[in-house]
Amino acid sequence: MTAHTTYEPKTAIERWLDTRLPIVRLGAEVLEFPTPKNLNYWWTFGGILSFCLATQIVTGIVLAMHYQAGGASAFLSVEQGIMRDVNYGWLIRGIHANGASMFFIAVYIHMFRGMYYGSYKAPRELLWLLGCVIYLLMMATAFMGYVLPWGQMSFWGAKVITNLLGAFPIIGKPITTLLWGGFAVDDPTLNRFFSLHYLLPFLIAAVVALHIWALHVPGNNNPTGVEVKSKADTVPFHPYYTVKDGFAIGVFLILFAVFIFYEPDALGHADNFIAANPLVTPAHIVPEWYFLPFYAILRAIPDKLSGVIAMFGAIAMLFALPWLNTSKVKSMRYRPTSKVYFLVFVVVCLILGWCGAQLPDDAVIPALGKTGINLIDSDLNSYVWLSRIATAYYFAYFLLITPILGLRETPLPVPDSISKPVLAGEAAKKD
Amino acid sequence: MLRKLTVLAAAVGLAFVATSALAASTKEEPVAPSAPWSFDGPFGTYDQAQLQRGYKVYREVCSSCHSMNLLAFRNLGDKGGPFWDPKYKSSVENGYVKAIAKDYQIADIDRDTGDAIKRPGTPADHFVAPFANEAAARASNGGALPPDMSLLARAREGGPDYIYSIVTGYHPAPAGLTVPAGKFYNPYMQGDLSSFWKGDPNKVPVGGFIAMPPPLADGKVSFDDKSPSDLKAEARDVSAFLMWAADPKMEERKQTGLAVMIFLLVFSGILYASYRTLWRNIDHH
Amino acid sequence: MGASRASPVSLKAGRIEGELKVAESLADSASNPGHAGDDPSRRDFIHIVAAAAAVGGAAAVAWPLIDQMNPAADTLALASVEFDLSKVELGQEVTIAWRKQPLFIRHRTPKEIAEAVAGDHADLKDPQTDAERVKAGHAEWLILLGSCTHLGCVPLFGQGEYGGWFCPCHGSVYDTSGRIRKGPAPLNLAVPEYAFLNDKTVKIG
Repeated sequence: MTAHTTYEPKTAIERWLDTRLPIVRLGAEVLEFPTPKNLNYWWTFGGILSFCLATQIVTGIVLAMHYQAGGASAFLSVEQGIMRDVNYGWLIRGIHANGASMFFIAVYIHMFRGMYYGSYKAPRELLWLLGCVIYLLMMATAFMGYVLPWGQMSFWGAKVITNLLGAFPIIGKPITTLLWGGFAVDDPTLNRFFSLHYLLPFLIAAVVALHIWALHVPGNNNPTGVEVKSKADTVPFHPYYTVKDGFAIGVFLILFAVFIFYEPDALGHADNFIAANPLVTPAHIVPEWYFLPFYAILRAIPDKLSGVIAMFGAIAMLFALPWLNTSKVKSMRYRPTSKVYFLVFVVVCLILGWCGAQLPDDAVIPALGKTGINLIDSDLNSYVWLSRIATAYYFAYFLLITPILGLRETPLPVPDSISKPVLAGEAAKKD
Repeated sequence: MLRKLTVLAAAVGLAFVATSALAASTKEEPVAPSAPWSFDGPFGTYDQAQLQRGYKVYREVCSSCHSMNLLAFRNLGDKGGPFWDPKYKSSVENGYVKAIAKDYQIADIDRDTGDAIKRPGTPADHFVAPFANEAAARASNGGALPPDMSLLARAREGGPDYIYSIVTGYHPAPAGLTVPAGKFYNPYMQGDLSSFWKGDPNKVPVGGFIAMPPPLADGKVSFDDKSPSDLKAEARDVSAFLMWAADPKMEERKQTGLAVMIFLLVFSGILYASYRTLWRNIDHH
Repeated sequence: MGASRASPVSLKAGRIEGELKVAESLADSASNPGHAGDDPSRRDFIHIVAAAAAVGGAAAVAWPLIDQMNPAADTLALASVEFDLSKVELGQEVTIAWRKQPLFIRHRTPKEIAEAVAGDHADLKDPQTDAERVKAGHAEWLILLGSCTHLGCVPLFGQGEYGGWFCPCHGSVYDTSGRIRKGPAPLNLAVPEYAFLNDKTVKIG
């Protein structure tokens, strides 16, 4: 990291510290980091995500003071202890449970922003990869956290998801047995999930530190995708972006608070208010909303192993993205064709999420009824077919559209620098 | 400003899509019309008289089959509860709660002899389940398990409306529908009746079978406050009581929420002003 | 006018809030020309208000996070117990659990009461009369928290040279009124809040 700070230790203590552990200097370095002055609101989600992580860790530590991992006690410790008896337990759990959803809303926007503005392209590939690792860890943490209240959806979600791994030949069965610590999801599973659910957030925090480190080497990307050329292109992170991110966090908190205080159950599932019962399966098992697109991809493939591979492949696409994009221009602001394909991609992800929550054989357009065209295993007017079309586009976007368009598309003129955009009016209009 | 609104709209939109996706995840069942609840909306509160009536319905009718394990007697006297009385410092002191608790016999161990005994309940004790365990409950109810009622109103899509609909919605089975012995047809119950239906396969009746016989009827419970005790009134009151039982912190939650929302709106406004002031001389487009 | 009055305020608050940086960057900002009409003090003020609001919000959030560690409602509900005294023979002691701690309920003999009253005038480390430690008219009943005031061990009944209790951990000796007479403990065994509901029933807590 090159020095950007003007920090000079003023007192004797500061000088003493600075030659031994320059932690104040590091803080100054981060605060004064030269940041492109043209970042828009989509860039505030990094700050929002840091806030989310801190919130989840603090409320989680507190909840762990009251939670009891065990088949007989987990549900009671949550629904009776925390929700009814512990002082402000309902509030702290409300923040933590809804906070997971808020975290994912923010991370998805953050990821879409990175994709739109080409923030993963050289020299930021590692920054993007570390982000993908954080996303994976978040999914693991959220999944195990959802198991802890030990309601019906906790239990059956855990069972269904761990059974997915059983699809792999030879290693599948031993891995699931190892995960469960038994013949099925049971007390040992719950206990280890609690342990890991407590551990992983600190791993996330560590990878976030690397993520920020990797950000501070090349510096931020920006809406033009043009690298910083001079000091005129930047402002110090503090106070300019601390205040802007603070405002964004305030607005984000309003949405967050609506869920906590007025719709605490909206993002959960009613079945999780029933204690886990290994003998009775809920009528319709759905994962949490943030997993629904992947769930839809899984169900789109009729073969179990292929479905699991497709689901993991969908995440693997993100890791490969920096090398799939062949374009010389980072920002889609100057790539009108890519922009259209990208927007379709966002819609496709939402459609996949929608499909993930539906019964596969239900009609997409009920008024149409059965079309009578039965392809492979299902009628054409069914969610399973909508999922298939959307899954095809999802993979095509990464494997075909992104590489081909990068080579063939003629981008609009790109400005020389952030401070002097050519056709400034034009760029502003496209914003 | 437009772009800022877009960001906000996108966030709200995403949440909305997720929410409605989940809401749509269960098959649509008809929901009977019910009176608007006193606890609807961001300022709604429980109606204490209604909770007391609802408790009476639970005590006299439901509790013979349905447990309410998560609730202690003291909860009845908690702030916002059916028997809350501000003159008592703590719900444990509440005379009404004490009297209710005393009516129950609690299994305990004699401290001196070690024998299993029954003693009168105290406010700190929990409601006593009508059956010793799940197997006993099923054996006494034709194989069906009467669900625990502590969280019932949150454990079913539709909450109190659903409970109201089930209780008031018993309906003679349409001709062509074979109702198994010991079961009742209820259009608001979830299920798939196609294998019991002899008529047009495209016109399978909605609803399902329920093992519970119609629990309430006109005049089944007489209310101390002389309010009407027809089937609908009883159903409404017990549904409200069960909503309170499932979500006793609702009033506290909404009140806290109001203060938090006001703070956040002001806070965001101040930060926006701070942000604009700070950036006013920076050309950042 | 407004500027000259407001500037000391902002300077003072800036020092307090550590948000001086905001003000500094503004003041130092070279790219600040052409806005001579701006009132710098008012611009500082909004940043200070913002920082204060953030600090206030954080403080409000801190309370639930701390208060959750206080005893929960179920714990508080168990905080009082009723006890039937007829179970305790004369000269004996019964130990029951109260707030997850041992509680001594001692049925004292007239001799033990006399010894305790006699001890009122001894050189006591924590001076208290026996009458202050029992309920009037119920001198035969001594109810104490069974937790040595030294470091919390459970003293042993009837041991020690004063016939009261002896703590095996560090040798504190209590008399038949539960007063500390010898050893490292600083205070008498604590008397919990209790009341007689009738002659034979006592409610503790």
